[in-house]
Amino acid sequence: MTFLNLVIYGIANGTLYAAVALALVLIWRSTRIVNFAQGGMLMFTTFIAWDLVVKHGANYWLGLVVAMLAGFVLGGVSERVLVRPVEDGPPLNPVIVTLGLLLLLQAVAGMIWGNGLDSFAPEFSLRYYSAGDQVILFSPDYLFIVIAVFVVLLGLYVLFQRSPLGLRMRASAFNPEVARLLGVRVGRMLTLGWGLAAMVGALAGVLIAGTQPDYMNPNAFDPLLIFGFTAAIIGGLDSPVGAVAGGISVGVIQQLLDNYVSNDIDAFYVFLLLLVVLMIRPNGLFSRASVRRV
Amino acid sequence: MTRGMWHRAPMVLRHGIPAVAGLGVLLLVSQGLSEYRNTQLASIAMYVCAVAGLTILTGLSGQISLGNGAFMFVGAYTVALLLKHHDTRSNGVLVLFLVAAVLVSAIAGALVGVAAARLRGPYLAGITLALAVGLPVLPKYSHLQKTLGGHSGISVNAPAPPNNMNYFRWQAWLCVIAAVITLFLLANLSASRVGRAFRAVRDDEIAASLAGLLVARVQILAFVVSAACAGLAGGLFGILQLTVLPDLFSLTLSLSLLAAAVFGGLGTLSGAVYGSIIITFLPFWSTDLARALSLSDNIKNNLPQAVYGLGLIVGMLLFPLGIHGLLRRLGMVGRNALRTKPTGN
Amino acid sequence: MAKGPVRLLATATVVALGVAACGGSSSGGGGAGNGSSAPGVTADSILIGSTQPLTGIAAPGYSEIAPASAAYFTYVNAHGGINGRQINFKYLDDGYDPGKTTTDTKQLVLQDKVFAVFEGLGTPTHEAVVDFLNQQNVPDLFVASGCLCWNNPSEHPQTFGWLPDYTREGKILGDYVKKNFAGKKIGIFAQGDDFGDNGIKGFEQEVPANQIASIQRYDPTNIKIAPQVTKLKKAGVQVLVSFTVPAFTALLKLTSLQLQFSPQLVVSSVGSDPATLAGLITNFAKEGGTTVKGEDLIQGIITDGYLPSPSDPSNSWIKLFQKVYKKYLAKKYPVFDGNIEYGLASAYTFAEALAAAGENPTRESLVAAVEANKFAGPNLTPYAYSSDDHSGMTGVQMGVINGLAIKLQGTPMVTDDGSGGITPYTTAEATAPANGVPSG
Repeated sequence: MTFLNLVIYGIANGTLYAAVALALVLIWRSTRIVNFAQGGMLMFTTFIAWDLVVKHGANYWLGLVVAMLAGFVLGGVSERVLVRPVEDGPPLNPVIVTLGLLLLLQAVAGMIWGNGLDSFAPEFSLRYYSAGDQVILFSPDYLFIVIAVFVVLLGLYVLFQRSPLGLRMRASAFNPEVARLLGVRVGRMLTLGWGLAAMVGALAGVLIAGTQPDYMNPNAFDPLLIFGFTAAIIGGLDSPVGAVAGGISVGVIQQLLDNYVSNDIDAFYVFLLLLVVLMIRPNGLFSRASVRRV
Repeated sequence: MTRGMWHRAPMVLRHGIPAVAGLGVLLLVSQGLSEYRNTQLASIAMYVCAVAGLTILTGLSGQISLGNGAFMFVGAYTVALLLKHHDTRSNGVLVLFLVAAVLVSAIAGALVGVAAARLRGPYLAGITLALAVGLPVLPKYSHLQKTLGGHSGISVNAPAPPNNMNYFRWQAWLCVIAAVITLFLLANLSASRVGRAFRAVRDDEIAASLAGLLVARVQILAFVVSAACAGLAGGLFGILQLTVLPDLFSLTLSLSLLAAAVFGGLGTLSGAVYGSIIITFLPFWSTDLARALSLSDNIKNNLPQAVYGLGLIVGMLLFPLGIHGLLRRLGMVGRNALRTKPTGN
Repeated sequence: MAKGPVRLLATATVVALGVAACGGSSSGGGGAGNGSSAPGVTADSILIGSTQPLTGIAAPGYSEIAPASAAYFTYVNAHGGINGRQINFKYLDDGYDPGKTTTDTKQLVLQDKVFAVFEGLGTPTHEAVVDFLNQQNVPDLFVASGCLCWNNPSEHPQTFGWLPDYTREGKILGDYVKKNFAGKKIGIFAQGDDFGDNGIKGFEQEVPANQIASIQRYDPTNIKIAPQVTKLKKAGVQVLVSFTVPAFTALLKLTSLQLQFSPQLVVSSVGSDPATLAGLITNFAKEGGTTVKGEDLIQGIITDGYLPSPSDPSNSWIKLFQKVYKKYLAKKYPVFDGNIEYGLASAYTFAEALAAAGENPTRESLVAAVEANKFAGPNLTPYAYSSDDHSGMTGVQMGVINGLAIKLQGTPMVTDDGSGGITPYTTAEATAPANGVPSG
């Protein structure tokens, strides 16, 4: 196993974490809440896509689009109905509400689609590239994922840095009172933020589901939330670029330690990595302002 | 004794008399309970230790922890390893082992606390979440498997109950006594200068440090206290389980501790008790409900979790201050109980 | 914050009343009565319990087992029960979380007062309760896991395994590989816990060490296995033996495909159920616009079995199981697969043990009946049960995946879990009783 190959494989897997981290960052940006239900939301929308594509033979891209639209609705409705009422209460309450939503979504998915295992084939080949007789742990499917994540990243950059809508969203999150005085419909901005986040999450879910043969199970996405959350925090929670950098570094570090130390304590490596990063930069790698709220 | 005299009585007495009375009531009730109900009482009391510690940390000092299950892991493995290497038939020695679990977890808490004191909000949530997931996998590490029992864990060979007492009643007593002592100590701590320092740091760090408090030190101390409580709970958990293994200390455990603290009413010791009752019984109620209805397998199997999730959501929407807040609003408990805000912002 | 007196006292009382109200206090006592002294046994019924992963990450496939067992008990009850007693089978979902297994088991034993625990599923989950069950003297029959750890009669006199343990299976797989793939480079891919370790232990006893080119382990929570498979490929492995759960067999197959690595696969029975595997890999490998079917990818995998093949309609047990399946299960579970057969066969064995435990079974007589080992069920190889051996079946029969079934080949082989030899077992399998219910 060459070092380079491990790094490539780490980057490929890290991109999956980055995709989840992007969704978490979006929610943080819009409402200053960590959404523990993110993993559940993207699992649910992925099941919707799977139902259409695998069960009913719909076109893959149609399934993806429907999943993203469903994500937008799910995210928006969650914010409006579940999160809004607890937003101004004690700061831990949204955490508990999103936890409850995670459990609820997993249970409902189990009710609808059962607790079996199923696969959701990707549109691109999973076969690894090779150079001579050396296999490179990177496939056309991974290439598509990397491109998709960077397109999302670019889209977010344009939205937040270059569009008036993005400015309004940032203002609503950063200082709702002032934004309201300036005529921004803050509530709508927050709902929109959650909707967009869940949409990115839905994309991530479908991409992730394709990489392994057994992803379609209500609990299969659980570890991704943890690694995605870690990635988002390493990146500084506020920065989409940070989320991607965080995801890739988690992926690479995991792979190197798996290979050179032992592959049974992945979760411990993530803890160590986070500890080291936060000891050096208490607000993550890419944050600017310090944050003072749970 | 009039109310005024009561308030002038030394704090230890004010907390001590009801603690002893409460302990008496509980032990008496335990006599009348079936073996099964005693296991539930034991489980509630065990959770009370951990949740009370967490509510001090999060509610009083304002630091979030999603990872107190990791300290339970430390406490449980401490007791299990001590029992494995020092075969004892004495309950006195068992108590010493529990004390050791408290100390070892407190040290772990201090280490985490040093890191945590530099972190705020979601960053603290992140590191404690990673702790909850990352620490309990260590026994699976190939070079630690011999020492820590690997995937299959370690049997916890606790001594037999003294005086031929019923085994499950003995477990309940052990946990109830531990819980009452924990609550008593935490009540005193919270009313002491330390407790005031916790609250001061929670409410305004800058003001607290201007007033001469060493903010970082206060925050680390809060972590030590909550880790010690979790360690005690972990030791008891091991004794109740008879076996400790890595998969017992899942993220679910850590998150249910937090859910109990928030659901009961964050920052209040009685809230810790309500929360512990809820997390012990809610799964049973929802399972019974699912069994009682005639539903298809998929729905029946998943209904308990749906009820649990929905319960957390609805509970938070309806009672943002938890059960404690609800009871207080209904006027069922002392009016002057919530003099300070229960949570920081 | 806590306002001492009122609060603590009130709280203590709330707990006390809460627990009392929720329970009522029937202190102690068993489900005695009607001429039997055993808990859970009445004149016309018997209550047994189990914990199963009906939800959660281990639910796929395994969640069919307990419903299949329950269906067999329903069948028995419709035919008069065992010694006139109806079998009530209460299985609770533990979501494969050992903490939940414990609370469930305490409920079954202390509140429901089950006569015995049957078919508790999973190694880590059941390990969490085996000490408790033995401490409470509850018969713990036929744990659904092949861990060697169930065979420990001195410490766990109530606990019995059922399926062949992973070490015996590993030995027989090793014996087969040694004889059929002489000179080939062998690789092992194994789960990094008791399952994989026990299997490797048996396999290595049979195969010369210098023939094993590479051993790779995986952690079941870590699905990134490409590096391990790459190493197997680099080591020039020609025959790849895997001790994997179905999801990881599928993952192994897929990853090999990604790496263009195609060794002969030899998969232990845990991870080789063809219907499950085909379901996992279906539609997965899209190549050049055409979809390769999962079923095609698993053809020719060498594996083993310890029960008659579900697709063998001439076998008397399969006839019986098909009958029960069609009557009670077919609506819910469209495929009669290995998991369904497992649940039915395991339940049959329990019915046999109960019938042998006498007119008025007690916990002691049930354990004694298992140790007496007078079974004549669907097992291809005899059980090891005796007073000093609590492991289950003593061997397996090699087979190969053909279509969506395992085609068994040759004769069943038996061995021990130590260093003993491997011998063919030539005694013909018992036939199923005409009414499908074992008699005492």
